[in-house]
Amino acid sequence: MQSILTEPTLAHYLVLGAILFAISMAGIFLNRRNVIIVLMSIELMLLAVNLNFIAFSRYLGDMSGQVFVFFILTVAAAESAIGLAILVLLFRNVGSIDVEDLGTLKG
Amino acid sequence: MSFFTFVFYLFAAVLVFAALRVVTTRNPVHAALWLVLSFFTAAAIWMLLQAEFLAIALVLVYVGAVMVLFLFVVMMLDVNFDKMRQHFTSYVPLAVIVGLVILAEMALVISASAIGVGMGAPALPPGSNTRALGRLIYVDYVYPFEIAAVVLLVAIVAAIALTHRKRRESKYQDPGEQVKVRRADRVRIVHVPVEKKEG
Repeated sequence: MQSILTEPTLAHYLVLGAILFAISMAGIFLNRRNVIIVLMSIELMLLAVNLNFIAFSRYLGDMSGQVFVFFILTVAAAESAIGLAILVLLFRNVGSIDVEDLGTLKG
Repeated sequence: MSFFTFVFYLFAAVLVFAALRVVTTRNPVHAALWLVLSFFTAAAIWMLLQAEFLAIALVLVYVGAVMVLFLFVVMMLDVNFDKMRQHFTSYVPLAVIVGLVILAEMALVISASAIGVGMGAPALPPGSNTRALGRLIYVDYVYPFEIAAVVLLVAIVAAIALTHRKRRESKYQDPGEQVKVRRADRVRIVHVPVEKKEG
């Protein structure tokens, strides 16, 4: 155990980001009927990506990675605002946020 | 094990546990609160990576704004969440398989190319992180920064336009109707017969 818990290197942060990404990917499959949890899983995915960006930025000594995290945060905030607006609209018109009830466009 | 290493593993464990709870908990309000915990922990890990400005921005923007938005929406909608969980267990095998495959692939890539093994973090340039980041944003990336501002504006307009309900009883002016008005709509000439004056 002593050999695994070493001083954190870049690989540690990347593996942590990979675990987070895998968890949120599994979360999308687990909660695929509930749109709210799917949106939360997408936020977690973006967090994992941001963690990778910051780790690379730190270990390569290039601050530009942090600028991109800034932009990802901006776009993620816009995405969640519009996603929740669509969710509210959906609930108002359909009366449910279950994905199974949203077959209106199905031929 | 140094204190830094201990803090990293502690926060990594909390982050993974909170993320697992987000995707497995029954109540969406609890999921949102676990998500707050995972964002907060991620901010601490970013602080370990010496990205101080982004760590604080994550707490302010996500924990302060986006998660409150999530909580508002979750509490506003009257949804029967138990009905949605009916098929939860039938999705577990697929989700576990997909998650493990993704994890294995990423671990293979990281270990096969030996990214970052034995790679020491370079010394940071002197000066504050915020100053360096601000210099990059306002000098090198000023055009993308303005586009990001436009994206936020579009998001505001879209969110309001989607959810705004026009109230029927509200009184408001319609400039189109005002411009189209004709003289005949407003003025009615009444012909009153002239009467003789008595006496």
